[in-house]
Amino acid sequence: MERGVLGQLAITFGAISLMAIGGANAVVPEIHRQLVDVLAWMDAPTFARLFAIAQAAPGPNVMLASVVGWHMAGTTGLLVATLAILLPSSVLTFVCSRGLQRYRDNRIVRIVTLALVPIALGLMLASGLVAAIAADAGVFGYAVTAATAIVTYRSKVNPLVPMAAGTVVYATAWALGFV
Amino acid sequence: MSASASTSALRPGLPALFTGFLKIGLMGFGGVGPIARHIIVAERGWLDDRGYAELMGICQALPGANTVNVAVMLGDRFRGPIGALTCLVALMAMPLLVLVAIANIYDAVSNHPLAQIALTGAAASAAGLILGTAARLLTRAGLARWAWIMAAAAFLAVGILRLPMLPALLVLVPLGLVAASLSARRV
Repeated sequence: MERGVLGQLAITFGAISLMAIGGANAVVPEIHRQLVDVLAWMDAPTFARLFAIAQAAPGPNVMLASVVGWHMAGTTGLLVATLAILLPSSVLTFVCSRGLQRYRDNRIVRIVTLALVPIALGLMLASGLVAAIAADAGVFGYAVTAATAIVTYRSKVNPLVPMAAGTVVYATAWALGFV
Repeated sequence: MSASASTSALRPGLPALFTGFLKIGLMGFGGVGPIARHIIVAERGWLDDRGYAELMGICQALPGANTVNVAVMLGDRFRGPIGALTCLVALMAMPLLVLVAIANIYDAVSNHPLAQIALTGAAASAAGLILGTAARLLTRAGLARWAWIMAAAAFLAVGILRLPMLPALLVLVPLGLVAASLSARRV
């Protein structure tokens, strides 16, 4: 069983690594689809909570894979999932780094960036939507999502500030019986 | 230390790369992007602004988190494959430790209803974080009309229709590349 989970973590996140344009914030819908629908490893709210933990920790956004690995198979799972999401894209970056230094072909880089940036941003928006629905936090939850989105959009405050505020407001609303 | 032409003359060694990226990982609460730029350009002077923008451009065109790709490329540029590995390990080390600590705290209190509620609120809020960031980037990217259509198509396919990502990308990326090369030719 344990080996099966580890192998699956490696395969799932290894494949997602190469689809992660702009990092894990583009592939939340795919990770959700794999974990909740295809593999049935967890329900949507559990996935949303792991997503929240990954957002609260420092570091690159690929740590969503790490926390999923940890949830499924402890420290070994964390290491396997982290390596799986880091390795394929990093090897590709390494190879391209050398190729680009040799050829200095800025035109190709420019066109690829031009093509991928809008797709990555559309996917990031999709990630936010899928995460909001997965959170399953009710009408008040959507209000918290909307408020956090507006604050993040409008101000340059550290993202952890609105996230902490949203958490406190939601917990307070629960304590007062609104949720 | 001024970041100018002398940048390449003082190639940082492995210990300097390690401590630099360790700091980026540790200080990047709420996103490592801004802090990475600060340490690489302002504090260590490994690249000037233009060099960093160029590097970032390449990293955005590749899969994977941008800062992870920056670590790999910069490490390789200064110290080869060992340098790339050093930067990558340094970048991930502290965040992973913090993540394990947070996850363990969650495990310890997860039976308490308030912990579940708080994390549900955090999840709703974290979703808003991504939505707000995406909206901000979309409105400031100066996208052409075709690029807006590509963004909308990606959002629709993966966010609303919930299509598997691989086939969606296999359609969207070639379309985007065609549109991008056509619009680049026109300029």
